[in-house]
Amino acid sequence: MSAPPPRERAVRAPLRPPWSEQGLLEVFQHRYILSLLVRREIAARYQGSVLGLLWSYVNPLSQFFIYYFVMGILFGRAQRTEAFAIHVFAGLIVVHFFTETMNAGTRSIVRNKSLVQKMAVPREMFPVASMLVSLFHVGPQVVILLIATTLSGWRPDPEGMVLGVIGLLISMTLGTALALMFSAANVFLRDVQNAVNVLSNFVRFGSPMMYPYVLVAKRFHGHTTLYLLNPITEAVLDFQRAFWVGATNHPARTAAIDMPDNLFWLSIRALLISLVVLVIAQSTFSRLERRIPERLL
Amino acid sequence: MTDRRSIIVRHVSKTFTLRYHRTLKQMSVAMMRQQDMSDSFLAVNDVSFTIQQGESIGLMGLNGSGKSTLLKMINGIMRPDRGKVLTRGRIAGLIATGAGFHPQLTGRDNVYLNAAILGMTEAETARKFDDIVEFADIGRFLDSPVGHYSSGMFARLGFAVAIHVDADIFLADEVLAVGDRPFKRKCLAKMQEIRDSGTTLFYVSHATGSVRKMCDRVLVLEQGRLAFDGPVDEGIRFLHYDEDDEENALETEEELDEEMGADI
Repeated sequence: MSAPPPRERAVRAPLRPPWSEQGLLEVFQHRYILSLLVRREIAARYQGSVLGLLWSYVNPLSQFFIYYFVMGILFGRAQRTEAFAIHVFAGLIVVHFFTETMNAGTRSIVRNKSLVQKMAVPREMFPVASMLVSLFHVGPQVVILLIATTLSGWRPDPEGMVLGVIGLLISMTLGTALALMFSAANVFLRDVQNAVNVLSNFVRFGSPMMYPYVLVAKRFHGHTTLYLLNPITEAVLDFQRAFWVGATNHPARTAAIDMPDNLFWLSIRALLISLVVLVIAQSTFSRLERRIPERLL
Repeated sequence: MTDRRSIIVRHVSKTFTLRYHRTLKQMSVAMMRQQDMSDSFLAVNDVSFTIQQGESIGLMGLNGSGKSTLLKMINGIMRPDRGKVLTRGRIAGLIATGAGFHPQLTGRDNVYLNAAILGMTEAETARKFDDIVEFADIGRFLDSPVGHYSSGMFARLGFAVAIHVDADIFLADEVLAVGDRPFKRKCLAKMQEIRDSGTTLFYVSHATGSVRKMCDRVLVLEQGRLAFDGPVDEGIRFLHYDEDDEENALETEEELDEEMGADI
């Protein structure tokens, strides 16, 4: 009646808990799954729409035109800030990347619940994949920016390029951190995704994208410590330093007037702040994660 | 002598919180009426057992006795509140009828994604892809989103992926609940093949016939507690201690088939 004696199967792997315990590190050990998830996200985000992937560009472009029209033309910024269109667009790339990461990341675990409930996959995968999908869209936007700024007389300079990279790193780190934290919190309270929408608005208006930094410095008589504590401010300034300053008539003067002193060290500080937030986010995530599968309905 | 332990479960407990009131309005009303805000219930209660590599275990018990929760903890989807779970090697399987598929993705993409999560590389999946598709027998639906699949097709594809992973531990939770009889036969045959290759098999079923055929040890859960751990026939008798009339009816080979059909 009972089964015949099974063949011997020697398993060399060690005995260990079946779940993952290394958090984000685990994600990068599973790059193949990550790449599948990213490809899937890109395919699924605009599934069933005719324009498809184009929406990823329609959205930031429409924002760009609105900001340019309202701030540049109605409020007259375009006359006072040189190459204002490039100023706005450079900032918009960073801000849009960051808010997209945060918004899509926040919803990522709930959206993937069919997988989360049935497969043992490191759940940090989902917010990280959201970040990479948003990053994927940054590429073409930077190409457009490069064309526009080169036509305005921009030439790359080493300092600007380094800062541009740091700026991108800041927004990637902070975006991933917040996506991680909010994605887990969103499982427990769906209020989180609405709160994140509100936060996105603050980010849009709270960073020097549609207005120049010098305006803030003037209004607050140089007391911009608090304003500069927001890492996204530095990320935006870095991108403008990289792609906008060189497009103005006197880059050295623009950098001196429109950029804060010590932008490099401010950016390093912003990157460190973002990394600290990432560590906090990971520990929050690990704590919340234990109850995610049972709370996903 | 080498350590052949495959699954170790030590004093594992899992509590679920039932939340009655979710919105601020509901919560304040409940608070005024002094109702309970939440209630917890012990789905798995201090369960311990050790399984050697190559054993095939039938996990039985009534609905809601904690079988799926236990399986989810062995699979690594859930973590126990107390106690520990240790496993050795690659785990594959199906949890609670149906795979973790993404409804918007096509069958093909889901196969690759699922296989990757179960630890298969791209090359390995590509090599086994035709076998998987043939086993699932979903024909031209392969390239349409799995959201459009019938529940049977959905389950078939999930089972086909899981069963083609060269796993050291195979978990099968009510896999045969959906799917027609030819497919059930095919699954049982394939599971026997897997068992005979030395894979640890963890099979959840209410069908005593298939448990008899597949397993050499039975665990019975009763309200989250491990009520029985031992030989198959005794376990099945234990399970049916108050259902004498049903017990005698399920012995012959023909009725085995009948009973597989009633596997819910």
